[in-house]
Amino acid sequence: MGRTHLYILSGLLAAVGCAVFFHKLLVLGFPLKPEERTDVWRVEVQLQFNAAGGPAKASVFVPRRTGDLIIVDQNFVSPGYGIDTELQPGHGVRAVYSIRDARGTQALYYRAVIQPTRIRDETSRDPAPALQPPEFEGAQRVAAEGVVGLARQRSSDAATLASLIAKWLKEPAPGGEAAFLLGPQPTTRRIATVAVELIQFAGVPARVVNGIALAPERRDAKFAHWLEFHGDGRWRPLYITESDRAAPHQLLAWWRGSGPFAEVTGGGELDHTISTSRSYELATRTALNQQRALEKKLVEYSLFGLPLQSQALFRTLLVIPVGILLLVVLRNIVGVKTFGTFMPVLIALAFRQTGLVWGILFFCIVVALGLAARFYLDRLKLLLVPRLASIVIVVIVIIAMLTVLSFKLGLERGLSIGLFPIVIMTMTIERMTLVWEERGAGEAFQQGLGSLTVGILCYLVMNLRIVEHLFFVFPELLLAVLAVTLLIGRYSGYRLTELYRFRVLAR
Amino acid sequence: MMSWFRTNALLDGKGVLGINRRNAEYMLPSNPRHCYPLVDDKTLTKQLAEKAGVAVPELYGVIEIQQQVRALPRLLDKYPNFVVKPARGSQGDGIIVVTGRFRNHYHTADDSLLDDHEMCFHVSNILSGVYSLGGQADKALIEYRVNFDPVFEAITYRGVPDVRIIVYRGVPVMAMVRLPTRLSGGKANLHQGAIGTGVDMATGTTLTAVWRNEIVAEHPDTGNPVSGVQIPHWDTLMELSARSYELTGLGYQGIDIVLDRDKGPLILEFNARPGLAIQIANQAGLKTRLEIVEHELPRLQGLADRVAFARERFAHARSINGAISA
Repeated sequence: MGRTHLYILSGLLAAVGCAVFFHKLLVLGFPLKPEERTDVWRVEVQLQFNAAGGPAKASVFVPRRTGDLIIVDQNFVSPGYGIDTELQPGHGVRAVYSIRDARGTQALYYRAVIQPTRIRDETSRDPAPALQPPEFEGAQRVAAEGVVGLARQRSSDAATLASLIAKWLKEPAPGGEAAFLLGPQPTTRRIATVAVELIQFAGVPARVVNGIALAPERRDAKFAHWLEFHGDGRWRPLYITESDRAAPHQLLAWWRGSGPFAEVTGGGELDHTISTSRSYELATRTALNQQRALEKKLVEYSLFGLPLQSQALFRTLLVIPVGILLLVVLRNIVGVKTFGTFMPVLIALAFRQTGLVWGILFFCIVVALGLAARFYLDRLKLLLVPRLASIVIVVIVIIAMLTVLSFKLGLERGLSIGLFPIVIMTMTIERMTLVWEERGAGEAFQQGLGSLTVGILCYLVMNLRIVEHLFFVFPELLLAVLAVTLLIGRYSGYRLTELYRFRVLAR
Repeated sequence: MMSWFRTNALLDGKGVLGINRRNAEYMLPSNPRHCYPLVDDKTLTKQLAEKAGVAVPELYGVIEIQQQVRALPRLLDKYPNFVVKPARGSQGDGIIVVTGRFRNHYHTADDSLLDDHEMCFHVSNILSGVYSLGGQADKALIEYRVNFDPVFEAITYRGVPDVRIIVYRGVPVMAMVRLPTRLSGGKANLHQGAIGTGVDMATGTTLTAVWRNEIVAEHPDTGNPVSGVQIPHWDTLMELSARSYELTGLGYQGIDIVLDRDKGPLILEFNARPGLAIQIANQAGLKTRLEIVEHELPRLQGLADRVAFARERFAHARSINGAISA
């Protein structure tokens, strides 16, 4: 059981890891760089309701092909339910889930894979637009006539008319007609609805469009609203918010009109969550296209086969070993002193949520305030466990106060500070105090700074997009990481800091 | 970058032992895990040493549970001076040396005053594992305060100087004397600011000294030269350390011995993870010596043989060809 054993083991691990890696890279064509994949999106809708017992029916809109995006694949996951889709002309497609007898919480899923098209599809599958002018009454009618009259005067065609109306509604003059029509604090949806009413009132067919913005790793996507008007023989989009206008090709139109997204009969407490993620579908499909059983299995039984939420989790989990390897190198080869063995990696994980600058700032504030509290507690002469418990409570209070404070100051980032590992922070504070008392403030700061530096370095490596991509697409690389870690386990050379420590002996 | 490689090669050439090599090639293979508790818990060490007839500082009392802390002042009342230390402490943390009393207060070696309340709090802290390895619950030892041998009087600032000897498979390989300074607060630990002087294994006289990684010739507080001091009872020290292998079962260990004015050499503790600063104090690498021992070990029969071997092979080079370097 000497070094040979270790070398053979690590050699085997590295060989297996690299072999699978190169097979996937060269034979199966998995992408090496994150940029090489095309934007393929996965959208998952989770519909939940409480069935009252007896027959239940839930219906929900599902997306259809739009000009820029096509739905490559979709499936409905709903144990025991019958599924039917019905076309509602002018609105969209509704999926109807029905069951004879259901009781308790029901969860229904809809999943779709969406890809941008290369060839734009301009032909509209919708029937010829019918004008449905709204009925305004009293003061509303006067206001609507005012807005539409002015818009007609200043526009030349349907397009300019529509965009003028939309613009006035977006920035309504206080006390003006537009503001009156919108009501207090209008949402995007309200603006879109009123704009559609006014454009129709002006004699141009228009409708509200509801959709989602496709974004990487969104757990709880919200619907965006914009509108379409009919001009020059086709429907044209008109966006309300700047962000929608900036990236129209990432907006997936879901359904039209102002009807609700989902409805249920025979139950209540209807709720839905929508998650979106950028997918590595291209790579998967290349592999699948080869139609070889083994490779198909390889993809099926990989992380791509998991639900989106778990995929997002593993994206984080799989970079931890990289941080740990760096930590091992820094501790055993460089010789940096840190508080706690893996504390810097956990700090780095927290930094991923807060961002580097805010993370460092929050870390320093929490540790500084915690130290102050700890030094005060020292005077009370408490026993160890109650003292540690008190510091945990103090740390949580500090974190809560900082979060509220930074939110009130308008710093979004402050909200993620709650993700700091509280117990680890507490142990850091406690050990820092002990080192402070036993070895002096200098040593305490040195070790504190060491921990923070290692944390920052781990963060920088773990947060590289290429690292995250590589280890998610090629998790077998972890075997190579393990091999290197094992080898470092028997590294018996000098640490870099020892070269400095023993420098007098090198003369 | 280049100078790193050069330093690396130079250190390697001198046979300096790094922490990775110490752990991987000496501590892990030759220190069986089950022997650690014997040296990590100083109450067990004391029992062990006493059974073997090795002198240790007299134990006045052990506080094991919080309940006993209340009776502490009464226990301490009997002794004018004493030492309080955690049974599982490391690197000298948590040790309080009480040199006397001032009204209701304990006067400590680093010149501060503690009242009963503070003393009890300190002991409670020890019990809850603040100073122990890995933070397990611990015991507090109250023991005899050593009246150190006057030989070190001129080169010690308060505290108790001690002799650290590294023993590999029963062969003493390197030794140093640790002298407390004002900076170390009366403690004999190098990283707390104590001075370490190398020791000629053949004669037991002190060599050059290191203070905070620098070579010094005098004690920074007293100004007296620290080298050339003859350690009394050197034969006994060598024999004690050579015997410690059979005592603890640890192949690679450090032994801390204090020299008491009246009682002679007393073993303070055994250390399963002895530090590497001893190399700086001795201006010599441990690896070379350890390799020699490894090579010659099969030849060595019995205790006397091992001691004689150490004295012969690890005599300080400068005492033989000192003229060249001077």
